[in-house]
Amino acid sequence: MKAVVTVIGKDMVGILAKVSTTCANANANVVEVTQSVLQEYFAMVMLIDISKMNCELDTLREDLQKNVEGMTIHVMHEDIFNSMHRI
Amino acid sequence: MLNMTDIMETITMIQDENLDIRTITMGISLLDCCDSDIQRSCEKVYDKIYRYAKDLVKTGKDIEKKYDIPIVNKRISVTPIAMLVGASGGDPVQYAKTLDRVAKDVGVNFIGGFSALVHKGFSPGDKALIESIPRALAETDFVCSSVNVGTTKAGINMDAVKLMGRIVKEAAEATKENQCIGAAKLVVFCNAPEDNPFMAGAFHGPGEPDCVLNVGVSGPGVVRAALAKMPDHADLTEVADMIKKTAFKITRMGQLVGTEASKQLGVPFGIIDLSLAPTPAIGDSVAYILEEIGLEQCGTHGTTAALAMLNDAVKKGGVMASSNVGGLSGAFIPVTEDAGMIAAARDGSLSIEKLEAMTAVCSVGLDMIVIPGDTPPETISAIIADEAAIGMVNSKTTAVRVIPAVGLNEGEELDFGGLLGNGPVMKLHNKSSAKMINRGGRIPAPLQSLKN
Repeated sequence: MKAVVTVIGKDMVGILAKVSTTCANANANVVEVTQSVLQEYFAMVMLIDISKMNCELDTLREDLQKNVEGMTIHVMHEDIFNSMHRI
Repeated sequence: MLNMTDIMETITMIQDENLDIRTITMGISLLDCCDSDIQRSCEKVYDKIYRYAKDLVKTGKDIEKKYDIPIVNKRISVTPIAMLVGASGGDPVQYAKTLDRVAKDVGVNFIGGFSALVHKGFSPGDKALIESIPRALAETDFVCSSVNVGTTKAGINMDAVKLMGRIVKEAAEATKENQCIGAAKLVVFCNAPEDNPFMAGAFHGPGEPDCVLNVGVSGPGVVRAALAKMPDHADLTEVADMIKKTAFKITRMGQLVGTEASKQLGVPFGIIDLSLAPTPAIGDSVAYILEEIGLEQCGTHGTTAALAMLNDAVKKGGVMASSNVGGLSGAFIPVTEDAGMIAAARDGSLSIEKLEAMTAVCSVGLDMIVIPGDTPPETISAIIADEAAIGMVNSKTTAVRVIPAVGLNEGEELDFGGLLGNGPVMKLHNKSSAKMINRGGRIPAPLQSLKN
């Protein structure tokens, strides 16, 4: 089971570090990261393994929001992307 | 492998383009709650609905969190209450109050099924229920009501049409202190679908299983945004194709939520209703899609053609995306709930005649239209008759939900707030239809009813 974490917002130092630390604390393994900075905007998509997570997906979302201030963060189960974009 | 563009597309759809699961609606059969004692019958109704629906809202919220998508409404539809009234007798408002109480206790935001199916004639239960509708809607908060007055197979019950003109008016008058909200919770149908998850017309048809979960998906904003990215010289075949592809994606999301919810609740999954249902939020409007296709304002010449194409493309995309499509499925055109429609009605671009023509090619019918408070009941009946005739002849569902705005005249506005929105009082014809309506009887079924 995997989930997708996306972080969008104004670029600053340490975003990736904060996100991956929060994931590590939740025992969610980072599988893949794609990130790009367009002008001053930072956009990151991270695929995490949630099968051994020690908390709910919702708790992880709240923690991320708390730890990485000022960014728009989504945590979504991978099923939604697989079902929407694949026949 | 998941790809970045797809992920960003989904997130933009949800965050910026108002994509949502509009409703998960649990349909519950109450046929086994019939009792000759109305008190006993009401208790059984309460117990059965509570038993099935107690976890509905929680499950909805869990799914919202898992996928980070909004599920706007959690609702219940039940067997047409007229059938229970037929067995128990007594005051039907007691049932309405029971439904209202259980809806509040399980936390849903509407319960539909204070309904009667009278397309071929009335039973005593139907008559009693219809007469009690204005009081039932005024004395409850969450109960919605619908009456089916015609079908392609049976024709149109004009006695019922006549009666409903008066009932709609009384429902508005009974709630005149509260924006005439009673009339906004009452729909008159022709060819009513039995598995429709959208209020106010939702009820659990007699052909449905004991309990079932239906899902309504909606994203007019997503379709509009997809069209906005197309160049002006793209031809209409390409436009239709784009709508189809977008509808496919939207519906896939509904299918996922539907199967997930039915698994968690242990209730069979019914259908997905893949409708484009607008909200008053800017950008979540069917009228703006029509304008994006190339009309200066919704309501002008060409609107019916654009809507026909939109409606058909939505169905084509959705059918492929889901294993079970049903309900109304198509584009909804409620006036007060759609920012673009409200603007067009205010500017005078959109008239009731044009709306009527549009209903021949899309889902539902004359929906959420504010009319002058002094409209005679016969005129409301005549509007219902016209709309039912379109549905009957074209073998499609049509409905009328008009709100006589007590105390307001043409040009003034009624504001419900929330999802029901606001809108100007629209102009009606002032010539009488009373003689025709007062004849009563039944308009015979058209020739295409003999398909057997």
